[in-house]
Amino acid sequence: MMETPLTQNINLEKGPCSLKGYIKTGGYSGVAKALKEMTSPQITQAVRDSNLLGRGGAGFNTGMKWSFVKIDDPNETRYVIANGDEMEPGTFKDRLLLEGDPHQLIEGMIITARAVNASVGFIFIRWAYKKAHKIVEKALAEAYEAGYLGKDILGTGFNFELHLHTSVGRYICGEETALINSLEGKRATPRAKPPFPQFSGLFGKPTIVNNVETYCNIPHIIKNGPIWFKGLSKTGEGGTKLYGVSGRVKKPGVWELPLGVTVRELLEVHAGGMQDGYKFRGLLPGGASTDFLVEEHLDVPMDFSSVSKVGSRMGTGTMIVMDDKTCPVAFIHNLIKFFANESCGWCTPCREGLPWVEKVLMKIEEGQGSEKDIDILKFHTKYLGPGNTFCALAPGAMEPLQSGLKYFAEDFERHLKEKCCPWKK
Amino acid sequence: MLTEKEIQEIEHELTLYPIKNAACIEALKIVQEHRGWVSDESIKDVAGILEMSAEEVDGVATFYTMIFRKPVGRNIIFVCNSITCYMLGFEPVYNYISNKLGIRFGETTPDQRFTILPNPCLGDCDHAPALMINKDHYNKLKPEMLDEILEKYK
Repeated sequence: MMETPLTQNINLEKGPCSLKGYIKTGGYSGVAKALKEMTSPQITQAVRDSNLLGRGGAGFNTGMKWSFVKIDDPNETRYVIANGDEMEPGTFKDRLLLEGDPHQLIEGMIITARAVNASVGFIFIRWAYKKAHKIVEKALAEAYEAGYLGKDILGTGFNFELHLHTSVGRYICGEETALINSLEGKRATPRAKPPFPQFSGLFGKPTIVNNVETYCNIPHIIKNGPIWFKGLSKTGEGGTKLYGVSGRVKKPGVWELPLGVTVRELLEVHAGGMQDGYKFRGLLPGGASTDFLVEEHLDVPMDFSSVSKVGSRMGTGTMIVMDDKTCPVAFIHNLIKFFANESCGWCTPCREGLPWVEKVLMKIEEGQGSEKDIDILKFHTKYLGPGNTFCALAPGAMEPLQSGLKYFAEDFERHLKEKCCPWKK
Repeated sequence: MLTEKEIQEIEHELTLYPIKNAACIEALKIVQEHRGWVSDESIKDVAGILEMSAEEVDGVATFYTMIFRKPVGRNIIFVCNSITCYMLGFEPVYNYISNKLGIRFGETTPDQRFTILPNPCLGDCDHAPALMINKDHYNKLKPEMLDEILEKYK
């Protein structure tokens, strides 16, 4: 049978998994093993060997990220932070983990804290996930009560305090250095890197920021070992993945599957294919800030390296499907409007460029566009691309635009020629 | 002037951070929880406690979309206008509410009952279209469902 470690305890109809239920399936035995039988470098090495790649979308090796933290000075304060600012349009996977099995996240964070000798942690959750706030708060109280958090955890002398922080909005908080600024009570603008947070993060101290789903994998790696974890996947990238599909499909949803299932299997088997009367045009594989994939890419395995080989990114692994009754120009305009609104305003290309792109797309959508406007859009995909902005927000926004201009060129042309949106005729 | 209770709650937050201004967002959240929004006067009061300038506090307050610097209604409707909801019927939902209440995004009904705001993705994409009223999520919406939902909020 296919193993689904991340979601084995999750049944949303019954409510969140309790502490008792979590322990029943082996919960917190990972903490016991990590604290009693392993050294910090051994934990980090196991995670590194498992090839767990960051589930927030960047896909960096988690163990490698941890290995940059200097752990020898016993008087240094270090922090671990869970990034639960899930605001990427089309993404709804961390919500399932937060609402369904909060202790799994807490256990993953305790083990991580041990690996990097951190004494304090924060779970950062976006404001809109009100239900998750309550569930996580209750789980934290239970974990303190049971002695998994606080002083002298399981009699090992290890101390770890873990707090919940609920945000007050803004997509940019998902960028790890912006998130750190927000936790410090400041405007959530990104910081220059280097120094990376592993050297100078929250309050200038060494800090690890990982996505919620990333942490949830940690207890299972520690309990069952890196070889088992790698075996869960169909490719070299370790583990299972929470995949989601939304749009005009028969059964939109989120599922835990081996890493590397094909785009086609997700779309046609798990999501049940397109709704009757709708045809597939394209999809964004991992949230609003990823390049379009089209028909020719359906047999690509959904893992970080395979999707990047065809010019996109797996991102968060939650795909947005575009059907034939949706105008591609209007679709892209909606995405860009989001990014323009959510630009933090810190660097000029993003602050000024995104609203410009948004206006040009609006003009084309309304049938007022010209060939020159297409050139303006192409110009921006280059100048708002990687290397020209302070963080990844604007380059991310350009991904669906640049691939949209390529795959849906005819649809853009029709708007220019027919001087209106063909979908609104 | 902040109330005794607000000041107490803010001072408790100060104990959790190594530096005072780190409690800025939490302090603004406390004021808003008690008053529904954050006035110029409250900005100055918070600045006084945190030993920051009022401008610095306002810089933080105006950055975040969920800190309200204008009065809002008793109930706030957050309508998701991100991509999946946009494709699956955001417009009919928004138009229905907007026509019924006679307000557009950013506005409040004259009786202060509702404010309506656009909102990025609520993470309900597999049950789109979605909206949130205060702390409650509603999804798989159709215009004909909205009368009954709105009726719950006075």
